[in-house]
Amino acid sequence: MTKAVPGKKIFRWHIAVFLLPAVVVYSLIMVLPLFGTLQLSLYSEVDSKQIFVGLGNFMTLFGDPLWSGQFWNALINNIWLFIVHMCVQNPIGILLAALLSSPVLRFRGFYRGAIFVPTLLSFVIVGFVWKLILSPLWGVAPSLMDMVGLKSLFLPWLGKEAYALTALSLVSVWQFIGIPMMLIYAALLSIPDEILEAGECDGLTGLSAFWKIKLPLILPSIGIISILTFVGNFNAFDLIYVTQGALAGPNFATDILGTFMFRTFFGFQLQLGDTHMGATVASVMFLIILVGVCIYLFGIQTRLRRYQF
Amino acid sequence: MTTKFINATLLAATMLGSASLAQAADVTLTIESWRNDDLAIWRDTLIPAFEAKNPGIKVIFAPVAPTEYNALVNSKLDTGAAGDLITCRPFDLSLSLYDKGHLASINDIAGLANFSDSAKSAWSTDDAKTTFCMPMASVIHGFIYNKDAFKELGLSVPTTEAEFFAALDKIKADGNYIPMAMGTNDQWEAGTMGFNNIAPNYVKGEEGRLGLIDGSQKLTDANWVAVYEQLAKWKPYLGDGFEAQSYPDSQNLFTLGRAAIYPAGSWEISGFNKQADFKMGAFKAPVKNAGDQCYISDHTDIAMGMNAHTKHPVETKKFLDWMGGAEFASLYANASLGFFSLSNHKVSMSDGLAQEFVSWRGECKSTIRASYKILGRGKPSLDLDQWNAASNVIKGNQSPVDAAKWTQERLAKWYKPQM
Repeated sequence: MTKAVPGKKIFRWHIAVFLLPAVVVYSLIMVLPLFGTLQLSLYSEVDSKQIFVGLGNFMTLFGDPLWSGQFWNALINNIWLFIVHMCVQNPIGILLAALLSSPVLRFRGFYRGAIFVPTLLSFVIVGFVWKLILSPLWGVAPSLMDMVGLKSLFLPWLGKEAYALTALSLVSVWQFIGIPMMLIYAALLSIPDEILEAGECDGLTGLSAFWKIKLPLILPSIGIISILTFVGNFNAFDLIYVTQGALAGPNFATDILGTFMFRTFFGFQLQLGDTHMGATVASVMFLIILVGVCIYLFGIQTRLRRYQF
Repeated sequence: MTTKFINATLLAATMLGSASLAQAADVTLTIESWRNDDLAIWRDTLIPAFEAKNPGIKVIFAPVAPTEYNALVNSKLDTGAAGDLITCRPFDLSLSLYDKGHLASINDIAGLANFSDSAKSAWSTDDAKTTFCMPMASVIHGFIYNKDAFKELGLSVPTTEAEFFAALDKIKADGNYIPMAMGTNDQWEAGTMGFNNIAPNYVKGEEGRLGLIDGSQKLTDANWVAVYEQLAKWKPYLGDGFEAQSYPDSQNLFTLGRAAIYPAGSWEISGFNKQADFKMGAFKAPVKNAGDQCYISDHTDIAMGMNAHTKHPVETKKFLDWMGGAEFASLYANASLGFFSLSNHKVSMSDGLAQEFVSWRGECKSTIRASYKILGRGKPSLDLDQWNAASNVIKGNQSPVDAAKWTQERLAKWYKPQM
């Protein structure tokens, strides 16, 4: 009879071997560039020579009114973009999922597909199509509104400082509404019928069944969606760039951190690019997302109650 | 067996041999450019003309979108992926490429002798000793108008400001045409076709431009503010929803015959000739009082440089030398209408509209866009600030005085003579 020697663990090589490819690829294309960016932000270029400036670039970004004005403008716009997504995209997504999971609804598959399709489209197409729809010159929006007698309410939204960002946020909501819908839909389907039936016996049907049984059970999914929305919004760039260009007009009303970073890093027209300041902005974006994700992970996710069926 | 083997080796040898021969015979040069509108001109006219004279050199014209060009070509040069010939933006964008060692000096190319110093100034070092791009063309600002519409409304071509606004009022009162096709969505229309178009008359061209550079004039001076004051009057004459109207929208509005006047640069000519089915004419930026000396923006716009790390320096230089010659000047000016040759060669153009633009060189004093040389260099760039200020003024969100003050404050932040 052989006895296992207590205290001596066998090193399981296969785990390391199986992990290796993913770790190598991920490090090469994600971790390394990330540290490269962080490193770039600590240097500056003077007379074509790189010199170490420590946190000097960050001081410029927050201390020089020329930079900080643009930065805070971009950050506030970005927060507004996030708020619109949280208040419009996710509630409507949940509502759609709840409707789709109702067994009495016909053509469910068709609705599900139709609502999800825009998510698969490229930003370029979405941006271009909506720019055309909303165009005061050729767009269908003015004539459609005219047909229902609301022509007077039409404005060149994308060109007005007060509306441009909200309009673009709603375009983005239109595009990505499919993602919360699908995730919540999957979560709703995984709720066992026994629980709902037990609720019915106790008199919970319809709306109250949704509020008292389904909603608590899909809360973890809502949490995941919120954090996905957060990361997506603070990394956003494409839609604004496609519709408003790198200047994020009118008058920087749609400038978000992504477009601000792009303009700084690559330059625009006569303004030359500044890789170091661009990397500084990118680092700040990374920190904002990191902090946001940490708050969620340690503050919210650990407190969510999970149910085992 | 052996014969088969020998045959096979021979065959392989011939194939390899001919492959390497073909490689030696055909050198392919690639041109980086933002002029995707010119693709057909290069492919059908310019490149065949060069290739016919220089067998063994193939040239590929590879343009990208104008707004993406600067960022793209900078990173391509940084990573060594750029083509052999680099189309040069004027002033600092190209100067910085030369300073970084990406563009080579072309002082030793014979064709460069055909250009005046002022033509070369946009692509020379600050001390004017080294030129790094072969000048190609300049563009002239002005207004293009719909001749048929003017005839219909009985309008004559305006030469003074009062006549200009009287004409606009008349078009607006008639209601058939949008008086002026311009939008503020892209901002650069307001800054370039608006501000830079009309500014030379107010600031006396070079006098104002050099005054800003040496610090004797400020953007808050009355003559500079007057430019914004005129722009502020434009709003009622622009189409509905001009705030969301982009540059292509404006072009289409005009070429579809829905607008009467288009604040323009001469680079529009070839596109407009193709699109519009009505007669077009052009007038220069109106002067304040009849008989005033007129000034036009005749802006050095485009040149061609050599990638310092090209694998084919000899062939690239050959191409640049050809670009300095009379054949290229004439081919380019006639194919790419509205891009006027900067060389000393006599170039005759067949197009009436292009002739009209270039004829102003005779009666008016020429200048370049004030925000380009040196002043466009800093952070923030005066040019971009002017785009923003000009579109704010046109929309009525900022008063002319405030706009001038805002740009002056930001220029004074980094430009010593203005501090």
